[in-house]
Amino acid sequence: MTSAPSPARTPARAPSLGRPPLLLLVPGSVGAALLVVPLVALLLDTPWSDLGAQLADPAVRDALWLSGLTSALTVALCVLLGTPLAWLLARVDFPGRRLLRGLVAVPLVLPPVVAGVALVAALGRNGLLGGPLHDVTGWTIPYTTTAVVLAHTFVSLPFFVLSVEGALRTAGERFDVVAATLGADRWTTFSRVTLPLALPGVAAGCVLAWARSLGEFGATITFAGNFPGTTQTMPSLIYTTLQADPAAARTLSMLLLVVSIGVLVGLRRRWLVTS
Amino acid sequence: MTGLSLDVEVPGRLSAALDAAAGDVVAVIGPNGAGKSTLLSAVAGLLPVAGRVEVAGRDWNAPPLPVRDRGVGLVPQDRSLFPHLTALENVAFGLRARGERPATARVRAQEWLDRLGVGDLGRRRPHALSGGQAQRVALARALVTDPAVLLLDEPFAGLDVGVATSLRIALAEHLASYSGVTLLVTHDALDALTLADRVVVVDEGRIAQTGTPHEVAARPRTEHVARLVGLNVVPDGDVRRSFPPSAVTVSLARPEGSARLTWRGRVAGTTPHGDALRLLVTTEDGPELLADVTPAAAVDLGLTAGREVWLTVKATATTTDSMRP
Repeated sequence: MTSAPSPARTPARAPSLGRPPLLLLVPGSVGAALLVVPLVALLLDTPWSDLGAQLADPAVRDALWLSGLTSALTVALCVLLGTPLAWLLARVDFPGRRLLRGLVAVPLVLPPVVAGVALVAALGRNGLLGGPLHDVTGWTIPYTTTAVVLAHTFVSLPFFVLSVEGALRTAGERFDVVAATLGADRWTTFSRVTLPLALPGVAAGCVLAWARSLGEFGATITFAGNFPGTTQTMPSLIYTTLQADPAAARTLSMLLLVVSIGVLVGLRRRWLVTS
Repeated sequence: MTGLSLDVEVPGRLSAALDAAAGDVVAVIGPNGAGKSTLLSAVAGLLPVAGRVEVAGRDWNAPPLPVRDRGVGLVPQDRSLFPHLTALENVAFGLRARGERPATARVRAQEWLDRLGVGDLGRRRPHALSGGQAQRVALARALVTDPAVLLLDEPFAGLDVGVATSLRIALAEHLASYSGVTLLVTHDALDALTLADRVVVVDEGRIAQTGTPHEVAARPRTEHVARLVGLNVVPDGDVRRSFPPSAVTVSLARPEGSARLTWRGRVAGTTPHGDALRLLVTTEDGPELLADVTPAAAVDLGLTAGREVWLTVKATATTTDSMRP
């Protein structure tokens, strides 16, 4: 009676609200399995010993480098163009604002292949803008690395804009108002108050845009093609490899997965948790 | 003139005219939704208004002057200190925005923090400040740019009684030496009486009364202000009668005699008030009235909520003034 500490002194589990109902438990578990099982299968099925050989392959290294380069450029373009666009949508009351906000969101639901076709119609050699551009300068955009970045930006920008606009709206206008009473013009207010307060939204938007860009396939292959060294990104390479050598495709997929998760985890530590 | 002279109309929300001399502290009181904050926004230029807002002889509303060129110091009810800047950077913001050099701005910001008694908190972010400290920083931030008009929206809202008291003293000192016009929105009679040179009572989007704090407290013209200063106000023909709750007699039966000032009503609530018990009575034909009774009388008469009572007051115990503003 006096020897061991009484087990009754450890706190009991918190009073529960009851078991989760099967109607929620079963579909929830199926949903989780649908997300997890393919990743586990990929993990088990990957011929890890090939990894070194794959990394030594110049085609793979080119595709990895191109994927990294284009996704980084895409994020940069999103920040440079998307932040002002989000600010306009959140802070300036202009005619057609609601329409524009709706149009900005369209690429979210557009099939990527359709996005590629639309880009060809706009920027192809005979396109709405591409035609005059070719006539005047001799430049053509499709099937270049520039085309890859433009295709990625087209599909990624909505994620970035919506994320930043949401952050701007959440922060609200009250700080802008105080800044104005203190004598700040709109640029000063934007750069010293509005933007710093929206930084978590900008960071989240960057991650979303980057993830969307890294995985982009349909718009890219339609608008930019699949040329090793200039437009063949990792997803395009995986798709090509899958036709000839499914095992190698799995290794490459694993590689892309590892890179994506590594970057996400790294960013999460640096930015996303602090705010 | 160097003060403030305005005559503004915000459709559906406010229609108000007001004059104040330089150095005046004008308390704006009235019930929630009466238009007090709308008045501040109209002066700051935060919403479209018709009419004129003249400061030091210049009309800020013809054409509408941008907010940043107005020279107003705004302290919103939630203070709105920039959360990503330190207290010192918050105060220096207005100077930097007006082109002051960083070093000079920091020195002057520190001076203002010192003046408001929070000089040692300059490196803290707003989330690490208490409500009273944040209010002092917000005041320093508004005052450092030397605004022509200082707009304070409920500066003591949400503060502990002790904190509010010491802040009220500090604010009174600074307002005494401040050369601009102060508009102080408050729902506290004490603020109006202790800080203001003049009181403006806003009710339902209009100015119901203006006067010195003493005049407004002695002869309130709205039920809201009467309640704030603890007086009863009732219309009687073409005069308005006000009387203290202690002048009211409470009885259960219809009183004898010819007193005209008699009401029948039900007790809506009771609160202790000094040595007495203060009844809030909802009368059948109009106003809510306050009546003070002794605790013993309250027990004898069974004065609990819902009880039907008769109230009388002698005409000689009331003060009257004209209904016309």
